[in-house]
Amino acid sequence: MTTRIIFAGFGGQGVMLMGQILSLAGMLEGKHVTWMPSYGPEMRGGTANCTVVMSDEEVASPVTEKAEVVVAMNIPSLLKFQDDVIPNGFLFINQSVIDRDSNRTDINVIKVPCNEIADELGNLKVSNMAMLGAVVGGTDIVSTDNLFKALEKKLGSKASMIEINKQAVMKGYELAKASLVK
Amino acid sequence: MAERVLVKGTEAIGEAAVRAGCRLFFGYPITPQNELPEYMSKRMPEVGGSFLQTESEVATINMVYGAACTGRRVMTSTSSPGFSLMQEGVSYMAGAELPAVLVNVVRGGPGLGDIQPAQGDYWQATKGGGHGDYKLIVLAPSTLQEAVDLIGLAFDLADEYRNPVIVLADGVIGQIMEPVTFPEFRDPDTLPKHDSWALQGAVGREKHVVTSFDIDPVVLEKMNFELVDKFERIESKEKRWEEYKLDDADVVITSFGTIGRISKSVVEKAREEGIKVGLFRPITLWPFPYERLEEIVKGKKLVLDVEMNMGQMLEDVKLAVKDNAPIAFYKRMGGMVPTPEEILNALKMELGR
Repeated sequence: MTTRIIFAGFGGQGVMLMGQILSLAGMLEGKHVTWMPSYGPEMRGGTANCTVVMSDEEVASPVTEKAEVVVAMNIPSLLKFQDDVIPNGFLFINQSVIDRDSNRTDINVIKVPCNEIADELGNLKVSNMAMLGAVVGGTDIVSTDNLFKALEKKLGSKASMIEINKQAVMKGYELAKASLVK
Repeated sequence: MAERVLVKGTEAIGEAAVRAGCRLFFGYPITPQNELPEYMSKRMPEVGGSFLQTESEVATINMVYGAACTGRRVMTSTSSPGFSLMQEGVSYMAGAELPAVLVNVVRGGPGLGDIQPAQGDYWQATKGGGHGDYKLIVLAPSTLQEAVDLIGLAFDLADEYRNPVIVLADGVIGQIMEPVTFPEFRDPDTLPKHDSWALQGAVGREKHVVTSFDIDPVVLEKMNFELVDKFERIESKEKRWEEYKLDDADVVITSFGTIGRISKSVVEKAREEGIKVGLFRPITLWPFPYERLEEIVKGKKLVLDVEMNMGQMLEDVKLAVKDNAPIAFYKRMGGMVPTPEEILNALKMELGR
């Protein structure tokens, strides 16, 4: 099985890091994985995105037109990528920034109030981890065990931040699980 | 088994060079390969090597030239416009028969172009970007693991043939992250020493001369003939390629580097729709595997060449295929990377489906 995930948002929303941590978790899970960033001047305050491809087999193309999962952290990303989700795929919307609905009715839409979750935990910087938790909760693409291991590896030098990041992940994770039950 | 690590392409190339015994790196910043010199600036002091950021690509290549004269493993990396600036020095090095590894992380061109992935430097790399009669061995990785492996091979081939070797990557290979397994560290003391020609101090021995120059045409022609002999030796021994699902294929996609791996997805998607497609991916762009490609395409319905340029490898594909099969070409340029879906559509158009 191959899963393609597009993370998109403003530069500074932690979009690249979300993709990297998920990729690392996928690797720890024994999967093949590629992480492909958009790069260039548009990253300065403009939109940034990265594509993660995770597969049981070797990943051929790291680029894709369609995706099983799209994560939209801001409105331009929603507009740009919502049509790329395959039918029955997943669209994760950062509800704190995006004040509108998706035009898609043939996919699973999960809204995550990333900033509110982060604010409640006392640090706005972890809002991307709330989203990442939601992605894993919604799709079960990796285990939370491996996600936490990846988080620890990636944030190794900022050990004091690990706990709050984990909390944000779990909040997002549970929210996604709950919204799927509905 | 060695540990798999998730790394960025530029860093994978840098670490592979360190492990291959490279202890000399000269470079000048240019996107999309800046993380490579950055990595080397951190890594070289750790392993007792030297990193130097020069004032220009012209200075870089001449420092590489000087360092290569000592027979030590030396590397530089740059991106398209930077590599153009290096061409005089590259020609000198080829003429002087100096081993070195040159990494070009190709971006959109011509001119200043942009900083996105492209393959427009194929001709420059394979047909000689500088002046005079010379060839460079050109290796084109399509995955990060292959990039790691080819860096080791590049140093070995450079040493074996006393010739510069290009690793021709592109912005995708430079910027993606993928798990790789690194080889063991080579001990620089066990690498080829090049005592017979290198400039390492002349006390107690005959002088060595490393040069691409002779004022006497009789002598220079002899040097030229020796180079040609060497290039023919390389052509007969060093062709490398990958064949993927070609046995029952009606259609052969030819592509290299990043497009080579994207084409594998095209092969899979096409087969899901009942179109039997296979892939022929040259790994050495020079020497190009003409003979094998000619053999493979006999009796095929179509050869589809796909590149991120105006049709540069296409000329070599045509030389190989001759009239054995019809050839079509699909291109993107300017830093646009085609998706598998898009290439499959182009393929279906060609087949009238």
